[in-house]
Amino acid sequence: MSLKPQIVSIAGHCSQWATPAGNLLRRRREPLLALLITLLILLVGVRAPVFLSLHSMDNLLTDSALTIMLALTQMLVIVTRGIDLSVASNLALSGMMSALLAMHFPHLPVSLVIAAALCVGLLLGLVNGWLIGYLALPPIVVTLGSMSVYRGLVFVLSGGAWVSSRNMPADFIAFPLARLAGLTHLVWLAALALVALWYVVRHTRFGRDLYAIGNDPVAAGYVGISAPQRLLWTYGLSGAMAGLCGYLWVARYAVAYSEIAYGFELTVIAACVIGGISIAGGIGNVSGAVLGALFLAVINNALPMVQISPFWQSALTGLVILSAVIINGRGEKKRHKQILPLHFHASTASISRSSP
Amino acid sequence: MNTMTEAAAVKTSRYEIAERGKFHVADLLNHWECLLALLLLIVFAVNCVLLPNFLDLYNLADSSFNFSEKALIALPMALLIICREIDISVSAIIALSSVTMGMANHYGVPALGLFAVGIGTGALCGVLNGILVTRFTLPSIVVTIGSMSLFRGLASVVLGDQAFTNYPDLLAVWGQGYFFDVLPRPFVVLVVAAALFALLLHGTVWGRRIYAIGNNPVAARFSGIAVDRYRLMLFILTGAMAGLAACLLTGRIGSTRPNIAMGWELEIITMVILGGVSISGGAGTIGGVMLAVLTLGMVTYGLALANIPGIIMTIVVGLLLLITIAVPRLLRGKRKP
Repeated sequence: MSLKPQIVSIAGHCSQWATPAGNLLRRRREPLLALLITLLILLVGVRAPVFLSLHSMDNLLTDSALTIMLALTQMLVIVTRGIDLSVASNLALSGMMSALLAMHFPHLPVSLVIAAALCVGLLLGLVNGWLIGYLALPPIVVTLGSMSVYRGLVFVLSGGAWVSSRNMPADFIAFPLARLAGLTHLVWLAALALVALWYVVRHTRFGRDLYAIGNDPVAAGYVGISAPQRLLWTYGLSGAMAGLCGYLWVARYAVAYSEIAYGFELTVIAACVIGGISIAGGIGNVSGAVLGALFLAVINNALPMVQISPFWQSALTGLVILSAVIINGRGEKKRHKQILPLHFHASTASISRSSP
Repeated sequence: MNTMTEAAAVKTSRYEIAERGKFHVADLLNHWECLLALLLLIVFAVNCVLLPNFLDLYNLADSSFNFSEKALIALPMALLIICREIDISVSAIIALSSVTMGMANHYGVPALGLFAVGIGTGALCGVLNGILVTRFTLPSIVVTIGSMSLFRGLASVVLGDQAFTNYPDLLAVWGQGYFFDVLPRPFVVLVVAAALFALLLHGTVWGRRIYAIGNNPVAARFSGIAVDRYRLMLFILTGAMAGLAACLLTGRIGSTRPNIAMGWELEIITMVILGGVSISGGAGTIGGVMLAVLTLGMVTYGLALANIPGIIMTIVVGLLLLITIAVPRLLRGKRKP
């Protein structure tokens, strides 16, 4: 193999240096976002003091827990220049599986059901990871495909029927909203996920390798990082989290059907984008993902409080995402953004083009 | 061997350098379009054998209603993806266009004006996407995820829990009418649009430049192509086509509801990718996209005739997508360089 094409592609990736101003914004982005969220909460609190009550804050945290957890693993994926569109479908499939498991074996302990959901999710994620890592297929295409497949499988599995709260054992439903030291299990799990992923990202080789792959896949290869293996487990992790959230979602809302969490993958990605995680890879950290998810939850929970029609929710979310990307984009000051991973370019192009 | 020595004798050179490679039947299999055509034939044949009513001309024509509107958007989407951009907001543009058409209709705009309103709204949405992507140099996937939320949100703000109905007949004529009592009008619109797009992409300088931008935007800019202007125009074109699709769709279903065209963006992108357009840009043909559209259309139609629920279709589509990109890679047995 000649070195020439790789040298060319290194040159293509070298435009990632930021200006000093951009660096400043990047370093201060999370505190700024946290300040913005606090301001927003206080502003809403002025209009509707009930929003500041402990009960309402508790609701806010509980509502944002699932988005936070999924945004955390989605962040890992985006940092490697990937994207995982299949999380919502994966969530639905694992959720439906855990609901059916609990329905048919009511005496199974909840911990086993959770473990089963986690394993199903992990497996579904590893399928993505294998296709993306070892076959080097573009992540957006692979997860687009698996999104459809997983969503369809939910229907096949359930036969199109709903599993409602009457069919679920009581302790299955009770777990997510049960309280430990005043906070719901959902919030504790989100906190646990936050700490665990912070540790992984900051203090393990695995986590640092992901940033290396996202910053420059070719250079990462040169220093001996096995990108396929890393990608396999990144998507596996994203899948496992989706599996866990699948159980939590189904148990929390006490219903499972084919369309649960439809379109939720875009909410999760939006949370990451608001949190300053660059879709071009290599940039982002756990606090960004958490703050992005919290921001979305604050908007959703505040609207009814200040008597704005809930129909405005989606439009406002859109405005927030667009403002966030504009602000983050100014911070990064990069001339040529790539929307889709460049490092698959040569290989994908060769499939679709005829080779003489 | 013999011909080669003859040619060498005439040209007084030891080697013959042909304009293009020699034709081999085996090379056809490397052509994505040929594989797709083969797949389409197989799907068609299997359906013919298994389903007695499949070859009914009227049924076959009517099956095109299911994919014509999506395919209309798949055409400009192919150009966008070839150009290394993407537009996730197309289904939200349909919703917003349909809502503005409903409002215009409510205020008594004549039927022809509704088409202008629908297409115009779509084009405006495209302008917003395009300006955000080009002026602010933002990644289009993020911009359009945001604008999708915005457009769909604006549509639902106007609609609330209501629906617009009572559209004029002209819309229904184009949305669900026929030419000569057999050819569905949306399908004819699609075929005409496909021909125009094929001409644009494969027959004009603009098309060559779109490939150039997709292969290397920096090099394209250095060679004097107004890259950002092309990107902006493609986003506007995509918006306008989504507006046109909104006109046909509104006419076909006769009403505007908040969940109109929900989830179409991913189906449309699937059509484009299945059609052999490289997601990393620079490669793909309109012919391939149309073959993918027809293949998916025939599969859906066959499944519908066989009484298989529509959601099974999503599994088939997803598997088709995964298999078609994974199998060539597995067969070649080589990883990325």
